[in-house]
Amino acid sequence: MIKVIRGFVAAVSLIITSFAAFAQESAASSVSAGDTAWMLISTALVMLMTIPGLALFYGGLVRKKNTLSIFMQCFILMCVMSLLWVVAGYSLSFSPSNSFIGNMKWAFLNGVGAEPYADYAGTIPHSLFMLFQMMFAVITPALIIGAFAERMKFTGFLTFMVLWSFLVYFPVCHWVWAIGGWLRQMGALDFAGGTVVHINAGIAALVAAIVLGKRKGYNNKSTPPHNLPFTVIGAALLWFGWFGFNAGSALSANGLAVNAFMVTHIAAASAGLSWAIIEWIIVGKPTILGTATGAVAGLVAITPAAGFVNAASAIAIGLLVSVFCYIAVAYIKPFFGYDDSLDAFGVHGIGGIWGAIATGIFATKSVNPAGADGLLYGNPKLLLIQIAAVAITLIYSGILSFVILKIVRSFVGVRASEKDEAFGLDLSEHHEGAYTMLE
Amino acid sequence: MKLIIAVIKPDRLDYVKEELYKADVNLITVSEVLGHGRQMGITEVYRGVKEMGNLLRKIRLEIAVNEDFVEPTVRAIIKGARTGEIGDGKIFVLDLGECIRIRTGEKGNIAIG
Repeated sequence: MIKVIRGFVAAVSLIITSFAAFAQESAASSVSAGDTAWMLISTALVMLMTIPGLALFYGGLVRKKNTLSIFMQCFILMCVMSLLWVVAGYSLSFSPSNSFIGNMKWAFLNGVGAEPYADYAGTIPHSLFMLFQMMFAVITPALIIGAFAERMKFTGFLTFMVLWSFLVYFPVCHWVWAIGGWLRQMGALDFAGGTVVHINAGIAALVAAIVLGKRKGYNNKSTPPHNLPFTVIGAALLWFGWFGFNAGSALSANGLAVNAFMVTHIAAASAGLSWAIIEWIIVGKPTILGTATGAVAGLVAITPAAGFVNAASAIAIGLLVSVFCYIAVAYIKPFFGYDDSLDAFGVHGIGGIWGAIATGIFATKSVNPAGADGLLYGNPKLLLIQIAAVAITLIYSGILSFVILKIVRSFVGVRASEKDEAFGLDLSEHHEGAYTMLE
Repeated sequence: MKLIIAVIKPDRLDYVKEELYKADVNLITVSEVLGHGRQMGITEVYRGVKEMGNLLRKIRLEIAVNEDFVEPTVRAIIKGARTGEIGDGKIFVLDLGECIRIRTGEKGNIAIG
């Protein structure tokens, strides 16, 4: 045993020293201190979106017996996905090889160091670009949690997430963002991940809600959230973190980053207000849950567009996204009767689809010469490309998610037992409880 | 006049309420309580330390009824709360000495309904 530990320690120190040596060798001159500083901050901001942002947002919406299961699912994804990204995920997603999937040449971050990789980001270390993208690979599967909350078995959850990353996230990420990716070559615009993150996770969420089935006793009505202040704090942290998500996607501390920051904020504000007004008109009172949900929907919608649209377009994108998402969660979901428990599809799927289409409408080269003009600026072709990219992602991710869930269901199981579901996943899956009644 | 006290599983509350409404019993007080019977509680683990026999969350119902409502109420609770497993809970039926409606000062049978 001691021998094994000694061997392990020796191996780890060898790896560390070789990394250090590598880092010293290539202190590159093209690295910009300003860009690097901003991207370090952005990476940390996106990390904050999953834990505690999303964990609180979702955790407050479930019944109190399932609070910790949500926190745990978000937290363990941070651990698991980060490691998968290092081992193979980054290489499969971003290494240039064919147009469908990368190869393994950057596995274990081999060759991913301080030297910038100019094809992606010429002024920051390659390893920083890898880290920034890592946080996206963590939050995307975490978004799906909202669809199967309160009923998924933990082992099935982990198995599904690992398979989903390899078979859905890494390929789609490669198609859209990698050098040579086929959606990228087709001319589809996705500034910060509307397709890769939100549509991808949103449709997987819908499929998961359908395959897992309804929660016990679910009667087409949402169960009352057990802690709305959690949810509101979570939404606020998502809003805050989203500045890193979108403005960081400029990969540089420049005017484009500021534009992304600005339109992100404007869209969130417009959508939050819009949802409140919709509720005011339809149900009589504006709610904080609605306003917070609207703001998140606005953030989702502006994500693909952030680097291509101006402030006026951001207002339109934000005001309208709440209308679409409200219809999805208040009318379409009860009509079909699927139990997308926390509206992962209703907000991220629908919001993401609108965002991708809106990019095809509102994009303008006056904001970003490297982008394209959309429908309003005389180029209807972009809109068609955007719709095609949406459809391809919906079909691919939808089918693969379905197949993966079926496989996991046969071998591991996806649904907690009826008794465990009744007790709550905190106690049944983790042997702990979020709250005590007596000290 | 009787006071019916029932201790049930938390997730059966909705079903019990539904059955009670069907039986025309609309006056009910609900509280969250902890306890265990033969089920002997549950295991929790905090930083590797196992805690056995922790109390389970239960729901306690209190319903005051006139004599002719006792049987329907009990039947409704059983119908809604029974799963057939250990831990389904218990129903206690107690004699009720007096009942006063605060708003009007009415007493007895008339104050219950």
